[in-house]
Amino acid sequence: MEQLLQQVMAGLATGAIYATMALAVVMVYQAIDHLNFAQGELATFSTFLAWQMIEWGWSYWAAFAMTVAISFVIGIAIDRVLFRPVRNAPILSQLVAFIALFSILNSSDGEIWNFTIKTFPTPFGTKPLFGSGLISTHQAGMVAVTLVMLALLYLFFRGSRLGLAMRAAAANPEAARLVGIRVGWMIALGWGLSTAIGAVAGMLIAPIVFLDPNMMLGVLLYGFAGAVLGGLSSPGGAVFGGFAVGIIENLAGTFIPFVGQELKLTVALIVIVAVLMVRPAGIFGQVAVSRV
Amino acid sequence: MTMQEHEAVALDTAAVPSEAAIARPLGLWLDRRRLLIGAAVIAGLMAPLVVANFTIFQLTMVMIYGLAILGLNLLTGFNGQFSLGHSAFYGIGAYTAAILMSGSAELSYYWTLPCAGAVCFVVGILLGLPALRLQGLYLALATFALAVALPQLLKSHVLEGLTGGVQGIVIDKPDPPLGLPINADQWLYYFTLAVLLVMFAAAAGLVRSRTGRAIMAIRDHPIAASAMGINTARYKTLTFGVSALYTGVAGALGAIVVQFVAPDSFSFLLSVNFLVGLIVGGIGSIPGSLFGGVFVLFVPNIAEKVSTGLSGAVYGIILLLLIFLMPSGAAGFVRRTAAWLARLRHTSTRGGA
Repeated sequence: MEQLLQQVMAGLATGAIYATMALAVVMVYQAIDHLNFAQGELATFSTFLAWQMIEWGWSYWAAFAMTVAISFVIGIAIDRVLFRPVRNAPILSQLVAFIALFSILNSSDGEIWNFTIKTFPTPFGTKPLFGSGLISTHQAGMVAVTLVMLALLYLFFRGSRLGLAMRAAAANPEAARLVGIRVGWMIALGWGLSTAIGAVAGMLIAPIVFLDPNMMLGVLLYGFAGAVLGGLSSPGGAVFGGFAVGIIENLAGTFIPFVGQELKLTVALIVIVAVLMVRPAGIFGQVAVSRV
Repeated sequence: MTMQEHEAVALDTAAVPSEAAIARPLGLWLDRRRLLIGAAVIAGLMAPLVVANFTIFQLTMVMIYGLAILGLNLLTGFNGQFSLGHSAFYGIGAYTAAILMSGSAELSYYWTLPCAGAVCFVVGILLGLPALRLQGLYLALATFALAVALPQLLKSHVLEGLTGGVQGIVIDKPDPPLGLPINADQWLYYFTLAVLLVMFAAAAGLVRSRTGRAIMAIRDHPIAASAMGINTARYKTLTFGVSALYTGVAGALGAIVVQFVAPDSFSFLLSVNFLVGLIVGGIGSIPGSLFGGVFVLFVPNIAEKVSTGLSGAVYGIILLLLIFLMPSGAAGFVRRTAAWLARLRHTSTRGGA
C-alpha cells in the first residue's frame, strides 16, 4: 500500500510534465485543427532564449515574461511566413512542413547553444513538499501553474469575444469568415498562443529533465499520448490524460513482473490504445459529428 | 432557326477535332510512359556495371526504401489510413529474415522474403482490426505505439535468445548464384531490382483492379463506398495487411543488404522518414514511391555535406522548398508539367493549322 501510494505520487510528478505539454498540444489543436509536431522544438527554443537571458544576468521573472512575449511573436511569424502558403496543400504536405520546422529548430539549437546539458533555475525551489519526499516544491509549483493556465484558457475561450472568434474560426472557417471573423489572423493568434504556452511548459520542465536540444522529444510524445487519451477536443481531458499516462507508466513498471523499466512505455501505450478502442475520441473527447 | 442550327453544327464540328487533339497526345503520353518505364528498367540494369560498389549499395537501398514507401503508400495514399508504425513492419521483416538466416533454420536468403511478407501480413491484419475503430490522429497514435514498442520488445530480455538483444544479429552476404561473373553487391542489386519490379507491377495491378477501386472508394468517401456495397471493414483490414507485407519484404531485403539488424535501426524516426518519402514522392503515386526512396537516402547526406553542424537545418530547408515548389509531391509535379507541355503543344499545333 505504502509502495502503491509512493508510485502514484511519483507518477503524478512525471505526469505533471506530460500534462503541461498535453495542454499546449490541445491548445494548438483547438486553434489550428492540427497537431503541431514541432511544438516540442519550439518550446525548447524558447527555453534556450530564457536560459540565455538569465545568463546575461536578467532576473528569472523578467526572462520568463520576455520569453513568453517573444515566443508569442515567433508563433505568429511562423504561421504567417511558413504555414499560410501551404494552408491549401494536402494535409500530409503540411505535416512535412512541421517535420521540416522540427529539424531546423533542433539543428539550430544545437549549433547556437551546443549539445551540453544545462541546468535551468526554478522559482519554486527543489525542497520536498511538506517534507514528505514524494513530490518536490518545484513539481507542485508546476502542477499549480498548469492548472492556472488551464483555468485562464478556459476563461479566455469561453468568456471573451476573441476566444469565441478563435473557436469559430477553428470549428467552421467558412461560416466564421461569413460573419466577419478574420480566420487567417485567428489561426496566427492560435499559433502565437500555443507557442507561448509551449514556452511556459518548456521553462517548467527544463529544471527537471535539464536543458538540451533534445529535451522535449520524449516529453512531447508523452504529451501527445496524454492529449489523445484525454481527448483532443478537451483541454481538461488533456491535463487528466497527461497525469494518467504518468501514473500508468509508473505502476506498470513497478507492479507487472517482467515489464520493468524497459517495457513500461510500451505498456502505457498499449493501455492507451485499449482505452481508445472503447472511447475512440478519447476519454473526455466529443465525437465529431459531420453532415454528409 | 437555320442560323441556330448552323451555329450548333459549327460548335459540334469545332468540338470534335479538339477532343481528338486532346485524346491523341494522351495516347502518345501513355505510350511514352511505357517507353519511360522501359528506359528506366534498362538504366537500372546497366547501372551496377558502371558505378562503384558503394554507389551500388546506395542504389539498392534506394530501391528498398522505395518498396517500403510503396507499402505505406498503399495504406495512406490509396486507402486513406494514416500510419506511423511502418518502421515496425520494416523491423519485423528485417528480424524475420535475420533470425531465419542465422539461427538453426539457416534458410536461404530468398526464402526469407515470403516468410517476412507472411509474418508482416498477419501482424498488419492484427493491427488493422483495432485501426477500424480509430481515425486520423487517434490511428496515428495507435500505430505510433507499435513503432515505439518494437525496439523495446526486441531489446527486452524475454526475447533476447531469439533477437540477440541490444547486440542485434549479423548475417552473411549471399554469393551470386551459378558462378555469375558479378560481385555480391551487384548480385544483391539485381536481386532487389527483380523483387522491386515484381512488387511494383503487382501493386499497379492491384490498384487498377476491382479491389483497388474499392480501396480508393473507401479513401474518397467511406459512407458512399459502404452504401455501394463495399465491405469497408474487410478492405481496410486487408489493405493494412498488404501494406505491412510490402514494407516487411523491404525490411527483409534491407537486412540482407546491410547484413546486420539491431533494435535501434527500427525506431520511430524511420517511420517519419518513410512518411516524408511518401509525401515528397507523391501520395497515391506508385512511381513516386521510388522518388521518395531517393529522397530518404540521399538528401540527409547532401545536407550533411552542405554543413555538418547545421545539417538538420539544411535538411529542413530542402524539405520546405520541396513542399512549396511541389505541394503534391514529385508525382504531382511531373503530372502538372506533362499536362502543361501537352497544352502548350496543343495550342501551338492549333496556331500552325
